[in-house]
Amino acid sequence: MIVNWFRYSSPVSFYPLAGRLSRAFGVLAAGFTIAGLYIGLVVAPTDATQGDAYRIIFLHVPTAWMAMLIYLAMAFWSALALGFNTRLSAMMAQALAPTGALMAALALWSGAFWGRPTWGTYWAWDARMTSTLILLFLYLGVIALRSAIDDPRRADRACALLSLVGAVNVPIIYFSVQWWNTLHQGSSISFTSAPKMAMTMVEGLLVMTAGVWSYCIAVTLARVRSIIVERERGSGWVASLIARQGAR
Amino acid sequence: MSEATTTAAAPDAASVSAAFGWALARDLRIALRSKAELGVQLMFYVIVVSLFPLATSPSREVLATLGPGVLWTAALLASLLSLPRLFSADFSDGTLEQIALSPRPLPALVSGKMAAHWLTTGLPVAVLAPVLGGQYAMDGTELGILAAALLLGTPILSLLGAIGAALTLGARGGGSLLALLVLPLYAPVLIFGAGAVDALRAGMSAGPQLSLLAAGLLLALVAAPFAVATAVRIALD
Repeated sequence: MIVNWFRYSSPVSFYPLAGRLSRAFGVLAAGFTIAGLYIGLVVAPTDATQGDAYRIIFLHVPTAWMAMLIYLAMAFWSALALGFNTRLSAMMAQALAPTGALMAALALWSGAFWGRPTWGTYWAWDARMTSTLILLFLYLGVIALRSAIDDPRRADRACALLSLVGAVNVPIIYFSVQWWNTLHQGSSISFTSAPKMAMTMVEGLLVMTAGVWSYCIAVTLARVRSIIVERERGSGWVASLIARQGAR
Repeated sequence: MSEATTTAAAPDAASVSAAFGWALARDLRIALRSKAELGVQLMFYVIVVSLFPLATSPSREVLATLGPGVLWTAALLASLLSLPRLFSADFSDGTLEQIALSPRPLPALVSGKMAAHWLTTGLPVAVLAPVLGGQYAMDGTELGILAAALLLGTPILSLLGAIGAALTLGARGGGSLLALLVLPLYAPVLIFGAGAVDALRAGMSAGPQLSLLAAGLLLALVAAPFAVATAVRIALD
C-alpha cells in the first residue's frame, strides 16, 4: 500500500493522525515505563560498587539520550521549515523544544542525585554534564527567541535558523568540552572503566529508553495539536472542530 | 546606494568585493565618527579585567591561574555588548531594508559589516589584552600566545554574534536575549582560546588550540555570512 506522506504535511489532515498517534504512544509509554521500572527497581541486582544508588541510571541515561536526539529531530524539522517553508515542520520544531529542554533538565537533575552518593558531589565539571548544560541553554535560547517574536511565521523561521546554527555547533561544543575536561581534570571519574553491566540492567535500560522515547513522541504530538489549533484558530476547520467537540 | 542600484544582479567576484568594500568602509566611517563610544567599549574591557583581582586575591599564583580565563571571558562580554551596534541602528532607520533590497549580494554586504565590527571591537581587544595580561603575572611568551589566540578567536565571536544580533532584530528582550542565544555558542572559542595559554603552561605546545581556532574561523567565515543574510531577511519579513 502506498501512503501519500505529503497528505500529512497539511495541519488539517495531520491533526487527527497526531491525535491517534499521541494516544497510542501514550499507552506505549505507560506500558514500557511500568515494565522498565519493574525490571530496574525489582529485578535488576544491586550493583557491587555503587549499591542501589545506580538505579537512577534507568531514568538518567534515557533522558540524556533523548535530550540529544530531540535536538537532532528539532534541527531536522527546522531544516525542512526553512528549506520548504512548510508550516507544519516549524510547528513540530516548536513542539519539540520544551520536551527537549525537559529531558536535558531531567538528565542533569538525575545526574546530580546520582553523583551525590557515588562521586560525593552534586555537580562536577564532567564533560558530559557540561555539554548537557550547554545543550539545555541552547534549548532555552530557542524557546526564548520564539516567545520574543510576536509574528509566529517570523518566529518559525528565526527559530529554525537558530536551531540549525546550534546543530552545527553541538558536535563542536561536545568535542571542545571533552577536550577541555581531559586537559583540566585528569582522570577523576570515568564511565568507561566501570565493570560490565548485568544483563537485566541492560534490559531495564532499553525498556526505559523505549518508555521515555514513547513519552516524548506522545507529548510532542499532543503539543503540536494544541499549536495547530492555536495557530489555525481563524480557519473554518478549526471552528467546525470546536463546534463539534465543544471548546474544551 | 545609487551606484549599487545600477550594477547587474549577477553576484560575480567584482560585485562581491565591491559590496564587501562598500559595507566595510561605510560601517568603519560611522564607527570612527563616535570615537568616544569605541573608547567606552575598550574601557569596559579594561574595567572588567581589573575587577577580578579585587574579587579574588592579589597573589601572583591565583592571578596567573585566572589570567587567560578572565581575559577571554571579558573579551566575550565586550563582543556581546557591542553586537547590537551591528544592525539595530540600520534596522530602525530603514537602512538595513535598503541594503537588503540592493542588487549586490547580501552575504557580501553583511560580511563587510562584520569585518568592520571586528576591526572596531575584536582587534582593539586583542591588542589590549597582552598589555592587561601583565597585571596577571603572565610572561612574554604567554602574552604572545594570548594575543595570537585572540586574533584568531575574536573574529569568530563577531561572525557568530552577528547571527544572534540579526535574529533578535525587532524581538523583545534585546540584550539579555542576545546573551542567551550567543554565549552558549561562544563556549568552544572560550575553551580553545583560554586553553592555548594553559597548554603552554603545562609544557605542551599551544599549536593544537591555535589550529582549532583557525579551523573554527575558516568554518565561520564560510558559513556565517549566509546565515546572517538569511537572518536579516527573516527580520525584514
